[in-house]
Amino acid sequence: MNTSSTSFVFTARVLHWLMALLILSMLFIGIGMVASVSERHAWLLSIHKPLGIAILILAVVRLIVRLRNPPPPLPDDLPAVQKLAAHASHWLLYVLMLLIPLVGWAMLSAGGYPVMLSHSLRLPPIFPVSGAAFAILRHMHAWLAMLLFLTFLAHLGAALYHGLIRRDGVLSSMTGYRPK
Amino acid sequence: MHASPPLSDRRIFLRFAFIGIVLIAIVLLFGYVGGWLAPQRLTAQRMVNQLQANAGVFSGYRRNHAKGVCVAGYFDSNGQAQAYSAAEVFAPGRTPVVGRFAIPGGNPYAPDSSVPIRSMALRFTQSNGQQWRTGMNSMPVFPVATPQAFYEQLVAQQPDPSTHKPDPAKVKGFFAAHPETAAFLAWVKTAKPSSSFATEGYWSLNAFVFVDAKGERHAVRWRMVPEANDAGVGGSNPDYLDADLTQRLAQGPQRWHLIVTLANPGDPTNDATKEWPSDRQDIDVGTLVLTSTEPQESGACRDINYDPLVLPNGIQASDDPLLPARSAAYATSYLRRTSEEARLPGTVQPNAQPETK
Repeated sequence: MNTSSTSFVFTARVLHWLMALLILSMLFIGIGMVASVSERHAWLLSIHKPLGIAILILAVVRLIVRLRNPPPPLPDDLPAVQKLAAHASHWLLYVLMLLIPLVGWAMLSAGGYPVMLSHSLRLPPIFPVSGAAFAILRHMHAWLAMLLFLTFLAHLGAALYHGLIRRDGVLSSMTGYRPK
Repeated sequence: MHASPPLSDRRIFLRFAFIGIVLIAIVLLFGYVGGWLAPQRLTAQRMVNQLQANAGVFSGYRRNHAKGVCVAGYFDSNGQAQAYSAAEVFAPGRTPVVGRFAIPGGNPYAPDSSVPIRSMALRFTQSNGQQWRTGMNSMPVFPVATPQAFYEQLVAQQPDPSTHKPDPAKVKGFFAAHPETAAFLAWVKTAKPSSSFATEGYWSLNAFVFVDAKGERHAVRWRMVPEANDAGVGGSNPDYLDADLTQRLAQGPQRWHLIVTLANPGDPTNDATKEWPSDRQDIDVGTLVLTSTEPQESGACRDINYDPLVLPNGIQASDDPLLPARSAAYATSYLRRTSEEARLPGTVQPNAQPETK
């Protein structure tokens, strides 16, 4: 086996680690800002919106990279249920990366808020103004983010399990680091 | 496939333990940041819970300033603020406004005479799509300077379950422990519940920052000064403010002048309990003209959260700690009432008896 078939392509690895950092920051920013009444609330909120749009754009780029560069296969001896869990959780992560920013954008649109990414940059609304729709989208945004957090935990746990216990090359296919 | 030598049972256990500790640490940090593991931290949810404890829960209504009416009209800018703020609303010309008059408190059925304070909230929609939202009160100073003190005031004013009235000793204790409330208490002593929204002046209370076209920053406060000056004291109709406003608007538009006060260097921008000295420069920047009113249950203001941090380019928040707290608490109130509007599970429904603790 050569490196190209056992590792993700370089672009995919860069996107993975960059987005890992952004998404994990985003989860903490999101949960922190709604639980704060201090200056942090406004400060975190001003980061949350442009960062969310950045994640949305990166997720689209990443989906294209993924579709054009199939990932390395999972180990042959991995139990079928674990293979299924791996594939399902990866696609769930893609869905959430794309869906959560869109729901956030739609939610602000439904609430009649101008979607301001900075003091002067405004995105157009993508949903008609409706208080009831705002409430549904706002709850969806939070629950989908919770699901993303849980999926991230499972993903991290599984990555460490592959790297530390099974030591089957799955973790190194994304780190690009091979100790041998 | 496994190139590495097998691990001993002990090492496998330790490695599983390590993975578990990493995951648990992340969950705990998440719980702390999210406030679940920090029960002492003042959150918007706790603040709004306290508003509900004081007034009860009225499905679909704002958790504070619950009783009000929608209004609409426009703002005619005279261009005088352009030297200080690049906001489009201050260029000469007209900006449409959707507003709301209200009285403080969480009970949408409270009689208009129950409090001497009236409020005016406005949403200016600029032609570039940016908005300026502001919520103002008919008093020149706020009782307290911080979110924590505001929360303590609410706790002190919570009605006693046996008397259904606040415990005077607790209220007295709160004001004694908070000398910054003196200016507000002096104002409230002379204040009378006015018979009209149209004859009141409304103050921004919090300071903001105007940013001009060159990027220079100017600390400001603003207020709306009414043209109508035939203020009286309301009658026996508990909803006299609504009746008065409808009657006045039937006769013609109601006008206010938007007066912007420029701070001198060193004037406090983080303390809404303190007025700036009266010699500060005032600029009349334009006229607010209100032309129509609608009930809040069906009017255009119903689904608007008058969050004071929804600001256009050219106006920014100051360092006043009340501003982010207002923004956060209003967002929580907005989510709760729109969730009720959407009839989401777990929300109080309109047919239910109002819960009056």
